[in-house]
Amino acid sequence: MLRLTRDIYMEMVGHCLGGLPDEACGLLVGSYGGEEATHIFPTRNAAASALIYEIDPREMLGVDRAARALESDIIGVFHSHTHTDAYPSPTDVAQALDPGWHYVLVSLRDTHPVVRSYSIVEGVITEEPVDVPGLEREPGVAAPGAGRPERWH
Amino acid sequence: MAVEVRLPTVLRNHAGGASVVSLDGATIGEVLAKLVAEYPGMSGQVVQEDGSLHKFVNIYLNDDDVRYLDGVNTPVPDGAEISILPAVAGG
Repeated sequence: MLRLTRDIYMEMVGHCLGGLPDEACGLLVGSYGGEEATHIFPTRNAAASALIYEIDPREMLGVDRAARALESDIIGVFHSHTHTDAYPSPTDVAQALDPGWHYVLVSLRDTHPVVRSYSIVEGVITEEPVDVPGLEREPGVAAPGAGRPERWH
Repeated sequence: MAVEVRLPTVLRNHAGGASVVSLDGATIGEVLAKLVAEYPGMSGQVVQEDGSLHKFVNIYLNDDDVRYLDGVNTPVPDGAEISILPAVAGG
């Protein structure tokens, strides 16, 4: 399970939309091994590409220090897929080093962004639920993982 | 030369969960060699067999990426902070 506040969720999705046409990325901070991201640090995509992303090492250093100041750690990374599913690509899996991290994918392929999260351990991908308390009561905002927007009655 | 080495979460289980370890060494290469000698579980994850830096890590000496200094031969001043950071990328 990955729990995000509504503000973090909105900032993450907004950062991904703002990065179009390129992939966008950023880091999540919280207690390592825990389920909750308490802070989000959007980063530049140093690769400036619609196909790949790369977090600038200097930004990584800055976020690592900021996390330490919060007595927390980097607990995961998010990035967007602009034209494909919210599922880790072979490149994502090959470069997923930390078995304790949450690997979050934001697909911008459809009208509404789709957010899914995974653990990736020695190449094995396991999806985990994404919980965003309060989000589902906001009309017009797609719930995480929703392939299509719900109808609002 | 005593320096503090900040470990990424992925390596901490090899160091008893420590986020920072204190080590001696005159160069980045010496410090990293000591790190692996002390915590053999990190073998092959920071430095490659030929002694070069693993491509999936970035090493910072204080505020500087050692790849843009002198790599593993970069001298380490006393009291410096070395940060080992995972290279985060994908497709």
